[in-house]
Amino acid sequence: MSFDIDKIPNIQGINAIHGKYDEKKVPKKDTRVMRERQFQHNKIMPSLERAIEYSGLKSGMTISFHHHFRNGDNVVNTVMDTIAKMGIKDLVIAASSLNEVHAPMIQHIKNGVVRRIETSGMRGDLAKAVSHGLMDIPVVFRSHGGRAAAIESGELHIDVAFLGAPSCDPFGNANGYNRESDEGKACGSLGYAKLDALYADTTIIVTDTIVSYPNTPFSIPESHVEYIVQVDSIGDPAGIMSGATRYTKNPKELLIAKAAADVIEHSGYFNDDFSMQMGSGGASLATARYLREKMIQKNYKARFALGGITGQIVEMYEEGLVKKILDVQSFDLIAANSLKNNRFHHQIDASYYASYMNAGAAVNQLDFCILSALEVDTNFNINVMTGSDGVIRGAVGGHPDAAAGASLTIVVTPLLRGRIPCVCDRVNTIVTPGYTIDVVVTDQGIAVNPNRPELREKLLAAKLPVMTIEQLRDKAYAIAGKPEPIKYKDRVVGLLMYRDNSIIDVIREVDD
Amino acid sequence: MALSKLRRSMLFVPGNNPGMIKDAHIYGSDSIMFDLEDSVSINEKDAARFLVYNALTQLNFGKKEIVVRINDLNSKYGIDDLEAIVRAQPDVIRLPKTETAQDVIDCEREIERIEKEAGIPVGTTKMMAAIESARGVLEAYNIAVSSKRLVAIALGAEDYVSSLKTSRTADGVELMFARSMIVNAARAAGLMAIDTVYSDINNEEGFRKEATLIKSLGFDGKSVINPRQIPPLHEIFTPTEKELEKAFAIIEAIKEAESRGSGVIALNGKMIDKPVVERAKLMIERYEAAHAVYEEV
Amino acid sequence: MQIKTVGVAGTMESSDIVVRVEPNTEKTGGIVIHLESNVIRQYGNQIRKVINDTLTSLGVDSAVVTAVDKGALDCTVAARTKAAAFRAAECADYEWGGGK
Repeated sequence: MSFDIDKIPNIQGINAIHGKYDEKKVPKKDTRVMRERQFQHNKIMPSLERAIEYSGLKSGMTISFHHHFRNGDNVVNTVMDTIAKMGIKDLVIAASSLNEVHAPMIQHIKNGVVRRIETSGMRGDLAKAVSHGLMDIPVVFRSHGGRAAAIESGELHIDVAFLGAPSCDPFGNANGYNRESDEGKACGSLGYAKLDALYADTTIIVTDTIVSYPNTPFSIPESHVEYIVQVDSIGDPAGIMSGATRYTKNPKELLIAKAAADVIEHSGYFNDDFSMQMGSGGASLATARYLREKMIQKNYKARFALGGITGQIVEMYEEGLVKKILDVQSFDLIAANSLKNNRFHHQIDASYYASYMNAGAAVNQLDFCILSALEVDTNFNINVMTGSDGVIRGAVGGHPDAAAGASLTIVVTPLLRGRIPCVCDRVNTIVTPGYTIDVVVTDQGIAVNPNRPELREKLLAAKLPVMTIEQLRDKAYAIAGKPEPIKYKDRVVGLLMYRDNSIIDVIREVDD
Repeated sequence: MALSKLRRSMLFVPGNNPGMIKDAHIYGSDSIMFDLEDSVSINEKDAARFLVYNALTQLNFGKKEIVVRINDLNSKYGIDDLEAIVRAQPDVIRLPKTETAQDVIDCEREIERIEKEAGIPVGTTKMMAAIESARGVLEAYNIAVSSKRLVAIALGAEDYVSSLKTSRTADGVELMFARSMIVNAARAAGLMAIDTVYSDINNEEGFRKEATLIKSLGFDGKSVINPRQIPPLHEIFTPTEKELEKAFAIIEAIKEAESRGSGVIALNGKMIDKPVVERAKLMIERYEAAHAVYEEV
Repeated sequence: MQIKTVGVAGTMESSDIVVRVEPNTEKTGGIVIHLESNVIRQYGNQIRKVINDTLTSLGVDSAVVTAVDKGALDCTVAARTKAAAFRAAECADYEWGGGK
């Protein structure tokens, strides 16, 4: 039926109408066979330089990376070297985290390629340099949930995301493993990359393994991907992840783990169909093992396990002890393979995991979580960021997110590391506020936050060695002596953001 | 520090290792034994002695029973060890390589002298004799009754099997005679009997098997070289619910007999004599120790 | 006590300290302590004090001490200092306190 577009009543009030159909304006049908099309017409760029050029990256913009390749990552250094060669400067790096392997960033900072950095953590030479005043603008340390929230709200706008992927098809469906082969590199979940791909103006997948279309089920869908670059190597598999996270044989960690499992058992939160998050540290992994024994004894199953996922959690899933796994980051190959093969081992993104702006964040459904700490103070504040020398050497990670979300938050730490008391008057750096921490478990006693008196009663009734946090501190000081405070200069080199993106503490330049 | 009623586990701690010394008390063993003997090389005997002396006098090990193994008095280190360690006042001094009653008597004489010199009440320092040779095993009873200071005799298997010209096996058949002799001598003398170490720390199954065996033989406990061996050991020494019920019934029967003013104690028509009562008390002590999950440090 | 030669005690293990005591050949004399420690910010002064007090209690008034600390507690610092000092003095004439 012929029509005149101008005569349609009230058409001005209808959106998303782009004029009248015109066959001359629409693209021609592509009649090649799919196999052919994959090779001849796809998103693969001939080089990283070309992809960067096409992305429109300019000086002053913000680029992002993920940290699923941990200390085996080649992507950040490769991309940064290329950008530096292309003469682009003054960039904001918004990485989900940085590691020891990223020390070459120091040069890019000195040369003006990098203006400022946002990350969850920093280690090694880069961290040391930052602590010694490398950067003009303080580094912003955000929790995984806080970063996700900043991206969602648009406050942290990513111009170009460079996302490494162990496999990607010619149109951009990317995964943290290779569905066509069990050989090659794997990192499992790409939970932190998923959100960047969704929100970045331009997403470039960097991979060393192009697989056939469609690389489904996908972690990152082709609809979020603009360009693909094939490089020789995205990283060193040994540094990306270990084969299996081993149970600790350290007797002190086992002691702490047993006490933590006893706390869970008697806390009132250990019931059939519970939910949990276990860290990957020695003591928290071992806690999972003791908890497993208690679950078998009582015939309890876990509704879901959340967070960074290890082979131990997978083992419990395969035994039927854990019904579902929500995986934002896989910690070993067993976890990566399980994500690939197990129907209810599900990949989630950083926002789903922990964003405070997302009412459905999975951390809010946690019955309990086990977290580690470098230091705990008498207000139950936690430091996982700066070492006993005051230098940056850690990551915020999901610590404050899980602590705030879980109904029962347990922090495990030895009373002393070497001579350094881990329970002290004031932590060097507050990462997680004390009000979210319910129980501190050490090898020499357990302290319950005074804001949880009912919990304290339950643990006392179970004959657990409950004492005050001050008594734990006194015990540590009696053994090691009271430490002298670390000396800092006035200059602020790092900002610790709480998960709502308010500043909870600052890191100052160390004074040697 | 305090003498322990139970000696299910005695944790060996090398005397020249400050890292292990400072954490020795956190693992829940009934006793801690700081070693100046085999775990310390000849060149470090003096250094270990200073370290253990300082640890004993300056660190807080809570209520744990503290034992120190000295070098034997025939070596040139033994007497120096005693001079230092008696003054640091552990609960027990463990004498290695005890062959005869005379070895114990010689050691006791030195301990007494040092106690007097240091103004420590004579008899404060208890002793434990480790039997580690064919001769020592044959002398086990004479050793066990040689001093009032003795609280236990122990088997040291490594030297013993060498002296027998054999070696350790998985089922421990080579130790059958020595274990039986030692536990028998200890019981005859009213002392405790402590079994030797199990050195394959990653073989928990083998450890459990051996611990079950020595418990059946009548030993009070076992030396352990890794804290990880303590929980399985205590588990094996924990009475079953049935054993415990029986023990409580016996204790009830005593109370009832006492309230009636009767000297004759009977349970289910059977007479209960002293060893049965003692055994019932031990069961309850072991049970309580196992269920007082954590103790005050 | 006279420091005659070089005496070393301790190991590089965690929670230990290597203490090296040798004669001080400078005319100014006294006890000179060179300390390296992974906890120097928190406990450097305390470790120096324990080394100094231990030597003084042994009657040593002149020595050069080189110590590499791996987080040793005070009782370990003192024990290693004593062992090193006795070795450096070539002396085995120990005096034990204790008793009551």
